[in-house]
Amino acid sequence: MILIGERINGMFRDIREAIEKREPGPVAEWAKRQAQAGAHYLDISTGPAVAAEEQPAIVEWLVRTAQEAVGLPCCLDTVNPGAMEAGLRVHQGKAIINSTSADQERMDQFFPLAVRYGAAIIGLAMNERGVPKDAGDRLTLAMELVANADAHGIPMEDLFIDPLILPVNVAQEHAIEVLETIRQVKLLASPPPRTVVGLSNISQRARERSLINRTYLVMAMAAGLDAAILDVGDAALLDAIATANILLNREVYCDSFLKTFQKR
Amino acid sequence: MSVEIVRERWKGKVYEMMLGREPHTVRVGGDTSLPFMHFEGKTARPVTALEVQDVEPSDWPEVLRAPFAEVLGDPVAWACRCVEVGADLVALRLAGAHPESGDAGAEAVAATARAVAGAVSVPLIVLGCGVEEKDARILPVVAEALEGQNCLLGQATMDNYKAVVAGCLAYGHSVVATSPLDINLAKQLNILITEMNLPPERIAMDPSIGPLGYGIEYAYSIIERKRLGALTGDRMLAQPVICLVGEESWKIKEAQAEDVPEWGDQTRRAVLWEAMTAVTLALAGGSIFVFRHPESLTRFNRKIDALMGQQVY
Repeated sequence: MILIGERINGMFRDIREAIEKREPGPVAEWAKRQAQAGAHYLDISTGPAVAAEEQPAIVEWLVRTAQEAVGLPCCLDTVNPGAMEAGLRVHQGKAIINSTSADQERMDQFFPLAVRYGAAIIGLAMNERGVPKDAGDRLTLAMELVANADAHGIPMEDLFIDPLILPVNVAQEHAIEVLETIRQVKLLASPPPRTVVGLSNISQRARERSLINRTYLVMAMAAGLDAAILDVGDAALLDAIATANILLNREVYCDSFLKTFQKR
Repeated sequence: MSVEIVRERWKGKVYEMMLGREPHTVRVGGDTSLPFMHFEGKTARPVTALEVQDVEPSDWPEVLRAPFAEVLGDPVAWACRCVEVGADLVALRLAGAHPESGDAGAEAVAATARAVAGAVSVPLIVLGCGVEEKDARILPVVAEALEGQNCLLGQATMDNYKAVVAGCLAYGHSVVATSPLDINLAKQLNILITEMNLPPERIAMDPSIGPLGYGIEYAYSIIERKRLGALTGDRMLAQPVICLVGEESWKIKEAQAEDVPEWGDQTRRAVLWEAMTAVTLALAGGSIFVFRHPESLTRFNRKIDALMGQQVY
């Protein structure tokens, strides 16, 4: 299970203020804390407050600041191709591009970036008409992503399909459709593409967020999920992942399984 | 038509353990592929040891006593003989410390260990008497007596590992971690030992093998699963595996029985049993093989020579 730490995002007030003042402290601090908690990648997002023309400089600054603090690779989270390229240009190691939709125009912009910078890329199972209502329509768009990525010579292990989770308190019927999508995405190609979700979205504005997050993540892991953007600081969530690893026979059991997962 | 060889890409490797002192060190493990898959990665040649006991063995059949007949009561001479016949390591079993066969004290067995270490240049494996409480008392003293020799000491179990590992930590040895044919317990024991700050590359896992015909398939699949764990990045399953093939093979009736002509010559039968047990477990992924009969070791090495040779496709 690939863990992508969600915390360096302008939606959080401390990061938004750090961006406004170009104050590296909070960004470096969250990079370190997430690395210590076991993140494999750091998601990097300016959030919606930054104007489009400023975004390339901000993304570049965030990537530099995070990577100077810890050596982890980043998952560059922006819809702005200029900002994406600015971040990729200074990034050390293999980045993840987050993301392209299944719109032809977006795919034609972002897949070449993945090739040029040797990055992996997240493909969202949505297009200009929005998020599909069921698994079948999500899979149609996933197939578009698979075909286009393949046409650019991107190996399937570098393509992460995101079936798009919606908040359970307003779009309850989507949760099970996403699970079905995760299962069937694996049938689209051989070797299959990988799958990723932005986990915290499932519990937006709901009560018992941590419980909903970890219950859903375990269900998604059972369906074959490979990666998630999530709160690596949620200890109960990480314990649930460690336990699911054991129950799915991905890790040899031992009594210290929680500790070995924390120290991995 | 050309055939493309499909290669597995592994991200992990078996830890490499170094035993003994320069210039006579022996490296164990470090493999980066499944055993003998030379086209996928490195297979470290399995290393061999011959067993020496501190007191003359009372339960060895005549055909096993024969090759060492004049030296069985003299562990130093016996150890020198083992080196002459080609063992990479000497494995000294402190059987005389067993409460029911001599009950020798820590100082006495430590003196024997020191004498053996002084007589041979190859690295030493030193195994206690197999009674956990007794081994917890004698092995730290043996560890001190062998300070600087960089030996492999055991067996540490779930019940006595603290004392044994403390000795290894203080005097610079590696440890044999023994678990009862159980991969989960093996992993747990490795974790407990590394939590005492012994580096992970200073542990050898002893899975408590069964010989051919006596549960070897369980040992095989556990050793194989450990290797797969090592290659897929599980650092608590990446320690090299030690197989006490001599001890286990010579216990069974096919090795012990003298008067069964329809089973063929006893020496040949028992030696083949010991050698086949070892070759089988080398194919599973064992790294250190402790033999009793020198001819079994020779036969094993001949087979390993072939397995380490060039593969043609």
